[in-house]
Amino acid sequence: MSFPHPITLNEPGRIELLMGNEAIARGALEAGVRVAAAYPGNPSSEIIEALSRAADPERLHVQWSVNEKVALEVAAGASFFGLRALAAMKQNGLNVAYDFLTNLNLCGVKGGLVVVVCDDPGGISSSNEQDTRFMARLTDIPLLEVSGFEGARDMVRYAFDLSEEIGSVVMVRSVTRISHGRGPVTFGPLPEPSEKPYFDPKGSFTPFPILVKHGKRHEALRELESTFSRSPYNVYTGPDNPELVVVTSGIGVLFSEEAVELLGLQDRVGIARLGTTWPLPKTWLTEIIGKTDRLLVVEEVDPFIENNLKEFLGENAGRFGAKTVFGKASGHIPLEGGLAPEHAISALKTLCEISYESRPEAYSKIVKEKTAGLIIDRALGFCPGCPHRASFWAIKNALAKDGRDGIVTGDIGCYAMSMWPSGYSVAKTLQAMGSGLGVAAGMGILDAMGKDQPVIAVCGDSTFFHAAIPALINTRFNISPFVTIILDNSATAMTGFQPHPGTGMTCMGQPVDPIEVERICRSIGFDVKTLDPFDLDATESVILEALRSDQPQVLIFKRTCALVALKESGKTYRMGVDEEKCIGEACGCDRYCTRVFKCPGLIWNPAKGKAEIDEAICTGCGVCTDICPEQAIHREVVS
Amino acid sequence: MSAFSCPYNLIIAGVGGQGNVLISQLIARAFIRKGYQAIVGETYGVSQRGGSVMSHVRVFKEGVVGPIIPEGLGNLVLGLEPMETLRILKAYGNPDIHVITNTRPISPVDVIAGNLSYPDLDNIFESISLLSKRAWMLDASDLAMEMGNALLTNMIMVGAMLGTDLLPLTMDDFVVILQTYTKTEGFDANRSALQRGFDTIKATE
Repeated sequence: MSFPHPITLNEPGRIELLMGNEAIARGALEAGVRVAAAYPGNPSSEIIEALSRAADPERLHVQWSVNEKVALEVAAGASFFGLRALAAMKQNGLNVAYDFLTNLNLCGVKGGLVVVVCDDPGGISSSNEQDTRFMARLTDIPLLEVSGFEGARDMVRYAFDLSEEIGSVVMVRSVTRISHGRGPVTFGPLPEPSEKPYFDPKGSFTPFPILVKHGKRHEALRELESTFSRSPYNVYTGPDNPELVVVTSGIGVLFSEEAVELLGLQDRVGIARLGTTWPLPKTWLTEIIGKTDRLLVVEEVDPFIENNLKEFLGENAGRFGAKTVFGKASGHIPLEGGLAPEHAISALKTLCEISYESRPEAYSKIVKEKTAGLIIDRALGFCPGCPHRASFWAIKNALAKDGRDGIVTGDIGCYAMSMWPSGYSVAKTLQAMGSGLGVAAGMGILDAMGKDQPVIAVCGDSTFFHAAIPALINTRFNISPFVTIILDNSATAMTGFQPHPGTGMTCMGQPVDPIEVERICRSIGFDVKTLDPFDLDATESVILEALRSDQPQVLIFKRTCALVALKESGKTYRMGVDEEKCIGEACGCDRYCTRVFKCPGLIWNPAKGKAEIDEAICTGCGVCTDICPEQAIHREVVS
Repeated sequence: MSAFSCPYNLIIAGVGGQGNVLISQLIARAFIRKGYQAIVGETYGVSQRGGSVMSHVRVFKEGVVGPIIPEGLGNLVLGLEPMETLRILKAYGNPDIHVITNTRPISPVDVIAGNLSYPDLDNIFESISLLSKRAWMLDASDLAMEMGNALLTNMIMVGAMLGTDLLPLTMDDFVVILQTYTKTEGFDANRSALQRGFDTIKATE
């Protein structure tokens, strides 16, 4: 947020509009968290951003760690010393941290240790829509799911108590619709931190003996089944003998409750809100199951509760008799994508056999007629002035001049958009953080088998520190000839410009010596060239030269993110198109500037038949001056 | 103000980078300060990068509402871009919906590239009028650039919204929120922009 927010105020009773992630952060503060760590990733980034407002070296350490595994390890270190600690991550991040988590579960904890995972159903800002709840079950750790804003604060506060009570890390799962939604939260008190970090040398935190520790986990989960059955986070509302009960968690709770109200089904349908999703609160569920023969499970993304419930029903078939579970398997709730209110509405309409239209049919008919052909999609693209546009322009041209059908392996960050037209569709692969380099390393070695297409791997600066260094070392060690291009925009831009080891500033606001990407690459053994991608000609020829080498190459394109630059120093140039020089359709270029370059700030004026600058959008980067064959685009330095 | 009843569903529509997310928060805060409950849901994460962005602000006194408005149930659309306004009406419109829309189009990448044409603006305006109970069209971007900063468009639009008297919020209510939650450097310009939007709508009444 661009304005100061009151997350740090010790004013119990104060009501504030908080983002779901801020409510999670507030819950941690109210629980007395002392260490919080994360790697940025939407939809989780704002948790650490909010906590950083309360950071203080003696009371609360907050850090952007180099990746999620390190973040969880940092939090565990503090927990072993008896302090409450939190690690936050997006769903993909949990995969990175998972190797540690699957050992930590056996080791136990001392200070309350909470891992908050924000899933992104629908993949709104992600490369997948993985449901991480299965990973809690796989690891034998308790899983809590937040379903509202104030509820998120309460649940995170409770998660710390639970963690200390059972001596285990606890997972709290949020989803995009809650993490990035906003609602009112009434503040509770903030505790005064008092305990001194202390590691009892008589104790230890190891997974050994493995079977004993594993058994203890199972024992703890069995006990939790009854603890959770008494939990205030599992609530049933509705009639005593409903014809249908909706079992729901996360954002499904609000959507289901609103759907029941909209459809006027309060007397026919009950709602069982599940907050402690794993282990199942079996006693509580038994009561719910006793109320009805028909259950509808509303959850996102995968059928986690649905399958666990079916397993429970199956184990107890003799006791429960025939029950029907509707949900994803039955086709009433989709198996892919995030939930929308319409999913709950439509499932309830079908199962309760009622009709409901949110607006008159006549209106829907006019909407269809009157919007036909008037709404087109907006493809995602690089921001105006983005250095990546220049970088991929040079890469595209170099690959074309090289003429051997070269390809680019993509990676995670803004530059992932190089798989789409805004980045000239050059990237052909995209998987996890750092995978561009790893995959390219598997392609480079194929030269000896007759491969003659060159490969370029692109990687951002923050991604480089997170996961690309091992792949780069592997490239050098196994001599895989391809060109690594590190797109260094001095920011973790995709997620909101968080500092990283190369930026020279910590999350605590402490200046530190920046760790230079170039020096790391040189120490691995690369003869690195660093360029400014806005110098289009030089950039293109250096790429072309690197493509022709039979050795692995590393180039660094260094230019600050346009949004950061604009915030820091305003427009560099005032841009304009000389209407005399732009000869429009008569020019042989066929609208080269807009058709091919595709910057939102440089548009085609069909009335005039000439290019023009959109003053409302242009950030004044000046790059397009160099692409017009008639030199019609001029730039003037802004004083 | 007869049109205002709870839950009231307000949708702010625009394109990444127009300041959509900021004004949705400010509007929700203004309602909370007036004793209402308000929650906000938004499409977020790719919002700087040219995609469609919508924020849902839901104002209520009691009961349960989720952060996303069910389709067909919008009460007011504050549109920062004309095609985005129509996109919202398609999903959330109904015969009683009110619309305040900016008139200046922002071209999608495919239009800039010449693969698609921006749909006919007059037809878009005609459809917006036809699909709403009342629609106000405002050249907010032009006004903002006249004031020296295209980024003021969103504040002009909020001022216009306050000028319609559809909501139980006054200029003063909003100015207090602006004072509390935005940076002091931008306050004067934002306040002037609010006033400009407010006055422009009042002049059309």
